[in-house]
This record gives sequence, C-alpha cells and structure tokens, in this order.
Amino acid sequence: MIIDGSESSLRHFLGNLPAVDQVGADSRAAMLATRSIKNSSKKWAIDLAISMVDLTTLEGADTPGKVRALCTKAVRPDPMDSSVPSVGAVCVYNDMVKIARTQLDSIGGGAIHVAAVTTAFPSGRASIEVKRQDTQDAVDNGATEIDMVIDRGAFLSGNLGKVFDEIVLIKSLCGDRAHLKVILETGELVTYDNVRKASYLAMLAGADFIKTSTGKIAPAATAPVVLVMLEAVRDFYQLSGRRIGVKPAGGIRNTKDAIKQLVLVNETAGPEWLKPSLFRIGASALLNDLLMQRMKMREGFYSSPNYVTLD
Amino acid sequence: MSNFEYASAPESTAILNIAPQYGLFIGGKFVDAKSQQFFPTINPATEKIISQISLATEVDVDIAVAAARGAYNKVWSKLSAAERGKYLFRIARILQERAREFAVLETLDNGKPIRESRDVDVPLSAAHFFYHAGWADKLSHAGFGTDPKPHGVVAQIIPWNFPLLMLAWKVAPALATGNTVVLKPAETTPMTALLFAEVCQQAGLPDGVVNIVTGDGSTGALLVNHPDVDKIAFTGSTSVGKAIARAVSGTKKSLTLELGGKAANIVFDDAPIDETVEGIVNGIFFNQGHVCCAGSRLLLQENISEQLLEKLKHRMSQIRVGDPMDKNTDLGAINSAEQLARINELANSGDAEGAQRWSPACELPTTGFWYPPTIFTGVTQAHRIAREEIFGPVLSVLTFRTPQEAIEKANNTPYGLSAGVWSDKGSRILWASQRLRAGVIWANTFNKFDPASPFGGYKESGWGREGGRHGLAAYVKGGK
Repeated sequence: MIIDGSESSLRHFLGNLPAVDQVGADSRAAMLATRSIKNSSKKWAIDLAISMVDLTTLEGADTPGKVRALCTKAVRPDPMDSSVPSVGAVCVYNDMVKIARTQLDSIGGGAIHVAAVTTAFPSGRASIEVKRQDTQDAVDNGATEIDMVIDRGAFLSGNLGKVFDEIVLIKSLCGDRAHLKVILETGELVTYDNVRKASYLAMLAGADFIKTSTGKIAPAATAPVVLVMLEAVRDFYQLSGRRIGVKPAGGIRNTKDAIKQLVLVNETAGPEWLKPSLFRIGASALLNDLLMQRMKMREGFYSSPNYVTLD
Repeated sequence: MSNFEYASAPESTAILNIAPQYGLFIGGKFVDAKSQQFFPTINPATEKIISQISLATEVDVDIAVAAARGAYNKVWSKLSAAERGKYLFRIARILQERAREFAVLETLDNGKPIRESRDVDVPLSAAHFFYHAGWADKLSHAGFGTDPKPHGVVAQIIPWNFPLLMLAWKVAPALATGNTVVLKPAETTPMTALLFAEVCQQAGLPDGVVNIVTGDGSTGALLVNHPDVDKIAFTGSTSVGKAIARAVSGTKKSLTLELGGKAANIVFDDAPIDETVEGIVNGIFFNQGHVCCAGSRLLLQENISEQLLEKLKHRMSQIRVGDPMDKNTDLGAINSAEQLARINELANSGDAEGAQRWSPACELPTTGFWYPPTIFTGVTQAHRIAREEIFGPVLSVLTFRTPQEAIEKANNTPYGLSAGVWSDKGSRILWASQRLRAGVIWANTFNKFDPASPFGGYKESGWGREGGRHGLAAYVKGGK
C-alpha cells in the first residue's frame, strides 16, 4: 500500500512528487518528435497504431445508424483489405453502448471493446449519484471499458480526496466487468506539475488507464503532456509492480502524429507499453489517415480519399 | 518485428560535391599550396578518406596574411558599416539555403550525428551571422565609444568539435567590426570551412577579406607568430592556449582564448528529476562529449544519488550509438584515433584509481572510432577523471552533502568555463550561480547557446568572451 487512503496521506504523497520543468519536458518531447520512422518500422507502426485506436464518436447528433456504421468500420477498417487489424475499441456515449455491443458481436467483433464515457462527461459537473448511475448503466449495458472524467474543479481547489473517492467509487462499479480509464482533461489542469499529480492520483485510486482529454477542450493530447503521463506510468510500475495504460485523445489526426506518440511510448515507458492493452489513441479522423498511409506504403502512391470509407 | 526497431534512416550524401583535393582559399580564390604537400581528411565513422587537404607552410601563410592586409587597406576598411552588414546578411542567408549540404558535410567530416549538425551546428552558425550582421552599422551604440576601430588582420584558429559553428563564432564578429581574417580550421575537420569559402565567393565578399589556410599545428604556429597579424583568436586546448599566450606576450597582438573545461553539473535534491536526467545526458553526451563546456563532472546531492543514477542508467541504455548519418542516431563517432586514445587513457586511469565504470550494452561499429556512453561512480576530487578534461562521452559522478560543499567542489578546478545547477527553487539557483566561478551557468538546462549570449571562461578556461556585445569587444581596439 503506497498510501493509506486518507486525504493527508494522499496530499503528502502527491506533494512530494518531483517537479516537472516545463522547458525541459517540452524540449525532450520536441527532440523525440525528430525521430525518423521509415520503411519496415513505419509499416509496423501503422498497423500497431490501427490496433490501438479507440474509434470515437461523441456527438449530440449520434444515432444508432451512425454507431453501427462506426462498429462495422472498427471490425474491418479497410473493407478491401482483410490484413488490416481491427481497432482496439469503439468509444461512445452511455446510451449507445448496447447498440454498439450488439452490432460488434453480430459481425465478428466480439474481441473489440466498447468504451463508454461516463460521470457526466465531458465536464464532470454532476452529483455523485448521477455519476454512479451513469456508470452503472454503461456497465450493465455491456461496456467493457469506462472512460470517466475527474472533477477538475475539485482538483484545482485542492479537494484531492473528493477526486480520489470518486475514482475509487467508479472503479468499484467497474468491478471485473470493465476496465477504468480516467480522463484528466489536461487542458484544464494546465501545468505539467498538475498533470503528474493527477496521473498519480488516478493510478493510486485504481485507474487501469490514464487518459489525457475529453476531446472537447484544447489543447488536448500534446506531446509533452503524454510524455509526463508516460513517465508517471513507468515510475508507478517501479513503485507498485502494476502497469497502467495511457490514452492520449484529441488532436491526433494523422499518421505522423500517431507515430510520434508511439516513439514517445517506446522511449519513455518502454516497449512493454506498445500494445493495445497498455496504450490507446482516442481518435476519429486518424484511422482514415492511417489507412491511406498504409495503402501508400503498399502501392507506392497516394490514393484519393474516396478509397477509404466515411465514418 | 516485435519491437519498435527504427529502420535505418540515413541522410543522403548525394547533395555533396566533394573535390578529390583542395587548395588554400586566399585572395578570394582557391590556390595551390607552395609546399605541394597534402594530408587526408577522413570520415571518422568509416576511416575512409574524404579528400586531400593542402598543408600551408610559411610562404603560404605569408601570402594569406598579405592578402588579408591588402583587402583590409584597400577595400574592407573603406566600406561603410552598412555595406559590411549586407555581406554578413548575405552569408547568413546562403548558410540557411545550403543548410542541408553543410549539415551532411559536417557529419561526414566530424562524425557527429546528423540530428545535431542539422538542428544545432548549422542553424546556430547562420544565427551568428544574422546577429552580427545587425551589429555592423550599430557599433557606435555598443559601448565602445562613438567610432570604434577594428584591429586589422585577425588570425583565427578553430577546433574540430564544432568546425562550422566555431568558424561562425570567429568570422562573424571579426567581419562585422571591420577586420579581415585568416582562418585555420582544425587538421581533422577542414571540409565545412572550405565549403564556407565557396559561400564567401557566392556572396561576392571582396577578395582577401576571408582567407582560409588548412594545415596542422605548425600552420597554426606560423599564423600566431606572424608579425603582420594584429589579433589572434584561438579555441582549443588549454595547453596550446598557454603556448600561444607565451608566444604573443611582449608583442602588440591582442589575444582571446577559449580553452578547456571540466564543468560541474550540480543536482540538488529538489531538482525536476526527469528533466535533470535529460540535462545530464545532453550535458555530457551531446557531440560525443567533444564539448569544452560539457557537464563532465556530475555533482549529486547524496540523498538522491541512488535514485537519480538508476534513472540515468535507464536513460543511457536508450542512447542510440552508431552511423552518424542516420537521423535517429544520438551518439556518433569519436573524431579521431588520437582523441579515442586520449579518452581510453583517461578512462583507464579511472578504473585504475578505483572508480566504478558503467556503460549500457551497446554494439559499436567495427570500423571507425567509437566509445560507448560511460559513467564512473565513486569518483572523488582526487581522481584524474575528476580533474582532467576527457573530451569524450565519459561522465564522472561525485556526491555532496550540503550546498556549500557542492560549490566548493565545483570551484575546485583550474578550469571555469561552464556549470549547471538543477533545482526547483529559484533562490537556490541564484545563490549557487553567484558563487560558481564559471563563465556560463545554466539553470535547469545545459548546452544552450545563443549568439546574443556571451560565452567564455574563468581561470584556465580562457580570456575574453564570444557572442553578444561582450564578444564584439575583442574585435575592436580598446574594446571592453
């Protein structure tokens, strides 16, 4: 046990974390962005990135038809090429979980997870009862991954115990039926020191994954933020023996960005994290760019966007 | 492929147009050395010969100095300051336009990773020309009086660790202040200086304003002792610097020296630890440790030393050693067999004196000159590796208990070029930097350079400053 669960032990632990120097973190991330990934490693990275995508639709205008279409694409991202791997999960709002699960199961996508955003996503501004019910619904409907948001207001006002307790509660609702991803919404936490603190707080409270953002706030998954979170999971493994996953989400739109993320993982947390059970990329537009780059690698030329399917 | 192995991503050398042999650049033209003697310059990563370089002897040096004197008297000293500035701006732009060519050639001749020549050496070189171009017509506002005068003919001798960048540090301020130049690049790395000669031609720089004589130490000595040289600027080892100071004493020549260093990189227990590890790596493994201001003595506060060393070793095992032309290489080749022997000799003394050596498992190429990233722990002030400049990828780790002890150990060296302080506490950084006897002190970073920032050493690390307003002072009469 790293902390005893009391607010004071939590405060003590988080207060003693080493500081993050912003300039240094920015320059390390920028240096890693210069890695040149070509040929066989690019091919490998593209397929890995596809298998790590949490294919996401989180719109007020989502309909059952839209979600079914997304699920079909998740199973077989390129209908013309069966060698393309399936994505890691589809990520939807709570009320779409059952539709997504049914659709995936009916077309051979049983291994693809359905992730539901809960706890009054994206703001997290609701009572604990609402958050509990939101999560319970998702799990009961068959979600195997829960993407919860932390209460940023509580975190920023220093009410760390409240943030911690909420995560503990949601984790208990997940039980062994669902994995818990905790969204820090780093764009609202602003400083890298806060990102590091919130990462540890979530891991201590039982997160299986820490996730950067809701996708509704900019900036989202910037490279230095992901770097700081990867350092946190690496060091937490040393501390606890548990490997926690990382999910950048928001702003990763093309293959180059995705490969930069994989380089960050490789050279920060290490190659052990380079698998869908420990690294995901929350995205929608990204998948099509990965597919187009994959075609380019195979055929030697760029195809028109009409050769990849609309979401 | 099960792991993320980065496929080789070599920068192409097709952009280069290398002649089988080079003459000397005197009076705006490439001319044959009177000696008709050549020496090879090799690629330290492969030991293959790149080209044959002329050895300038006494008569060649006389001709070069005379060309510089003639250009000074007849052209350069008569030109308006604004016109001088235009040439510098033009050179800066050409350096940017031909950046890739310079980066590839630098890596070929020096052995440094293309990532560094591309992202550091070449852009900074262009930046130095841009910066000094701006000064050319503003010298009367630089604090040297209303009409500061140049020295005349300046002899400049530069080292092999940053061949083009050191050229830029020397040539840009000399030209901006109205001097003409005879430059001698290092014996093992003349290529980018010779390419720079082409840039001078391309920029239409008046003949004789920049002259480049290649050769070895004997050529340098001829330049230093030449009676018609007004000022000498040297960057290199402290022993050669001392010899130059002796040779120049009693003459009218003015002298600036940038010499060796044994920088302390001090880590306090409240340091931002991950960025500190990056800074330590950058401090000692940047440019294979061939850096006069390298953070070669790591001073760790004892209560965090174990934790920090563990992280440092983990980070060191990710350093990618190999083909300098590969864009993913972090640590390239040692510049010469001679330097490799020097590194080996000093590192072996570390073993013999009882320090503990550690290097990550890494496969070194079989041809060329290589040394793995290395740290020695258990080093004390009494070890040779804590006192002598290794000039290679070898870090000596010492510990301290109190801030006072850190400062005492840091200052306990004949050198004083640079130092680093790592702490999250601003007051501690200021306290430490006021007490460190070093010309450059980096706080929570290392090896950061900017043309506006003066660079230079205390004690046996040198005389004078380069860069910024202070750097200009060395190139005007009576400048301070």
